[in-house]
Amino acid sequence: MRDVAFEVNGKACRVAVEPRTTLADCLRHDLGLTGTHVACAHGVCGACTVLVDGEAVRSCLTLAVQMEGAAVTTIEGLSSEDGLSPLQAAFRKHGAVQCGFCTPGIITTMHALLTTEPHADEARVREVLSGNICRCTGYMAMVAAVLEARAAYQGAPA
Amino acid sequence: MNAPLRGPGNNFVGQSVERLEDMRLLRGQGLFTDDVSRPGLVHAAILRSTVAHGWLRGVDSAAALALPGVVAVITAATMGAKVPAIPMRLAPLDELEPYWQPVIAADKVRYVGEPIAVVLAESAAIAEDALELLVAEIEALPPVVDTATALADGTLLFEAQGTNLAVLYTAQKGEAQAEFPGAYVRREKMDTQRHTATTMETRGLLAEWDATTEVLRIHGASKVPFASRGMLAKQMGLPETSIEMIEVDVGGGFGMRGEFYPEDFLVPFAAKHCGRPVKWIEDRREHLLACNHAREFDCDLELVCSREGDILALRGTVNGNMGAYMRANVAVAPRNVGQFLSGPYAVPNVHVEVRALLTNKTPTGTYRGPGRFEADFFRERLLDLAADDLGIDRVAFRRRNLVKMAEMPYPLATVTPPKKEEKLDSGDYVMTMDLALAELDWDAKLPLQGKLIDGRYHGLGVACFIEGGAAGPRERARVELVEDGTVAVYVGSTLVGQGLETVMTQIAADAMECSMDTIRFFHGSTTYVSEGFGSFHSRSTVMGGSAILLAIEELRQRMREAAAARLGCKAEAVRLEEGRAVAPGGGALSWAELATAGLSGDGVFHNHTHTYAYGAHACHVAVDPRSGHVEVVDYVAVEDVGRMINPLALQGQIVGAVVQGLGGVFLEHLVYDAEGQLLTGSFADYLLPTATDYRSIRAVAMGVHTGAVGPLGAKGAGEGGIIPVGGCIANAVAAAFSGKVQPMSLPLSPSRLWAMIEAAG
Ligand code: FES
Ligand code: FES
Repeated sequence: MRDVAFEVNGKACRVAVEPRTTLADCLRHDLGLTGTHVACAHGVCGACTVLVDGEAVRSCLTLAVQMEGAAVTTIEGLSSEDGLSPLQAAFRKHGAVQCGFCTPGIITTMHALLTTEPHADEARVREVLSGNICRCTGYMAMVAAVLEARAAYQGAPA
Repeated sequence: MNAPLRGPGNNFVGQSVERLEDMRLLRGQGLFTDDVSRPGLVHAAILRSTVAHGWLRGVDSAAALALPGVVAVITAATMGAKVPAIPMRLAPLDELEPYWQPVIAADKVRYVGEPIAVVLAESAAIAEDALELLVAEIEALPPVVDTATALADGTLLFEAQGTNLAVLYTAQKGEAQAEFPGAYVRREKMDTQRHTATTMETRGLLAEWDATTEVLRIHGASKVPFASRGMLAKQMGLPETSIEMIEVDVGGGFGMRGEFYPEDFLVPFAAKHCGRPVKWIEDRREHLLACNHAREFDCDLELVCSREGDILALRGTVNGNMGAYMRANVAVAPRNVGQFLSGPYAVPNVHVEVRALLTNKTPTGTYRGPGRFEADFFRERLLDLAADDLGIDRVAFRRRNLVKMAEMPYPLATVTPPKKEEKLDSGDYVMTMDLALAELDWDAKLPLQGKLIDGRYHGLGVACFIEGGAAGPRERARVELVEDGTVAVYVGSTLVGQGLETVMTQIAADAMECSMDTIRFFHGSTTYVSEGFGSFHSRSTVMGGSAILLAIEELRQRMREAAAARLGCKAEAVRLEEGRAVAPGGGALSWAELATAGLSGDGVFHNHTHTYAYGAHACHVAVDPRSGHVEVVDYVAVEDVGRMINPLALQGQIVGAVVQGLGGVFLEHLVYDAEGQLLTGSFADYLLPTATDYRSIRAVAMGVHTGAVGPLGAKGAGEGGIIPVGGCIANAVAAAFSGKVQPMSLPLSPSRLWAMIEAAG
């Protein structure tokens, strides 16, 4: 077992993990943050995407021990107690959620994109979104939702 | 839009109300199976056969048991004298019992991925480590991987049966075998490739045995929890009341999830065996190996037409590569291929024989539009070929042969065994085709067809379909007035990621004439209602929704009676308003006050006839002859579902289904080698559609011709978007090459299509 200290959703935490424990397993099972989902565990589908120091990272391919000193944000950290963020609200409005299993990884990925590129056009949104697999929606509603949510990121400090 | 404030005469039904479940799913607050935990949890991992066909001589578990943290190893020997088998749930036949899958291999393995042993350990990692230490001794036999080898019966999967042909289904109508003098006949061999649902959430189960109350509680059930409970109770020798199936959030179903699989016995058995809660979460490779596969059919069919272009007959044979066992719903696809070959067209004579053949591959089951995707590919290809040969425009050819409203109810071929007669119930098939063509701007685009523009050939395709829905036998709902003035609604239908919660709440709020907030919806668990039939065959909305309407009718009557007794008037005179029951004299009781009387209503909706949603697809493709790459420039799906409950959610389902269909046309292929090894065991080699693949998919959903089944008038949707995609795209590709390239086989991956283009010169 190894001790790792890092920040999760703004809170400092310390966990003892086996060196082989992935960040996804650590978040889900050690820290109880089950909003991060694992759908392939081999880095292809993006379901497990979290933000590490602001960058979208596949938590199934990242080891928890690598997180020493890092700031991790999960879907729980991008959500408020009662309402929806503008990005989440746009997903709901456009019908971009079906089973919802891919959703947390897609929200984190698109949040990271719009934070750095609030003017991303459809081609760019699709390009980045293509790193995440959704089996239910066919992506049309998601793309519309992300394009609409851009407004909320424009003018915000990147 | 947000749920509007209601007035009397609610109309949530028909509105694109934002989904209730999104609030939790978007914030990571969903509860999926792997999110459930228990103190003292034990983790299961499953040793699976690495050999496609062979005698299992033994399993050595000594080294695994010696690993610290390993709790137990379960093999067939642990089960005692007889290993239970998984019965067929749909279209069962006694003579198929020898082909049922045992829950764990005992003496023979018949596909790569078949469970041989279960390891229980203190962590998932230790359980996986222990798998490496288990040694299964298997004496390999020659594998049967394709239908031709299976038919030859040289190697048998079940020696005692003497054949690999599990069953022959026949679709029969009229005199298709007759001579049709002077008629046009086109005969073709075609095939569709093995692929499947591949939901984003893999399967998983958490089972716990409560020794004091003697109750086995299982999280992770879905689709048909009541049927699964019945099967498990029998296998475990427990009364059904000792088993509780609990459905949590579900990451996609598409016909695959929730059928009874070996693990549905093994995990509960393990929990009872070791006396601790047991969790098993499938990994992606296991998922691709172990979940029902689908779609592997080949055919040799003849279409007979008059010279004027009237379809006279459809006949021939179809082979289904069903995999190693006859699983719970394996019968559906081969029966449907026979049933739906004629589709929405008037075909007076049909004789199609469908052979369900056993092979050393993963067993098969339903995948969205089972048998219909395959049948539509075969039929719509034949229609275009025939129209071209006869010199008739392919739209005019379809218009001529689509079943007309005046011809309904129109009998389909009768499929046996078991014998079931089916009729097309209602609809304006020509209208949906015309609408699809208009949406695509067919006439304006026709001049592009067959043209080479900027290095790519352009083509248009059209295909029509019917979707089955609303399968019986019945569904139950119970509604209760709760003491806080809300209304609790319980149904046996299940969720499987389709927005059921919202749709059912819309229906219930309209019937109760209250706001959607007043409705509490509970579903999918065996503890809520006495029976339920689940979510398959596009049935949840029609069946569950109709049962809710009946239950609410009864509850409202009880409410009037209870109010009348307390307010001193006649029950008929009581007016129910949102939150209140009002007497003519002005006296009133709140729903919360009424609830103290313990009021509820039960509804049972029975149905034995299918209702058919229907529609048409049209598309425009551009094919690069140098690479074989096909761009789907535009794709339009039109479907009449009888009555739309939530248009936005429905459109989303249709678009999603079209894209799944495109995955099946271009990308998805479960490839096996000659030894019966699955070569596509990860998302790196089993490709699913991504956001850059298809950019213009449009759905036009409508509710025009209501279904004859039930008070709701809905026909059931959820599968239609996938059904005609193969035929529609392949027709467009053929048209792009002016008929010189004729795709008869899926998938149309770039390399395969390129080879076809090269061969055509
Ligand atoms: S679960 Fe991490 S990329 Fe699929
Ligand atoms: S909504 Fe089901 S996988 Fe995306």
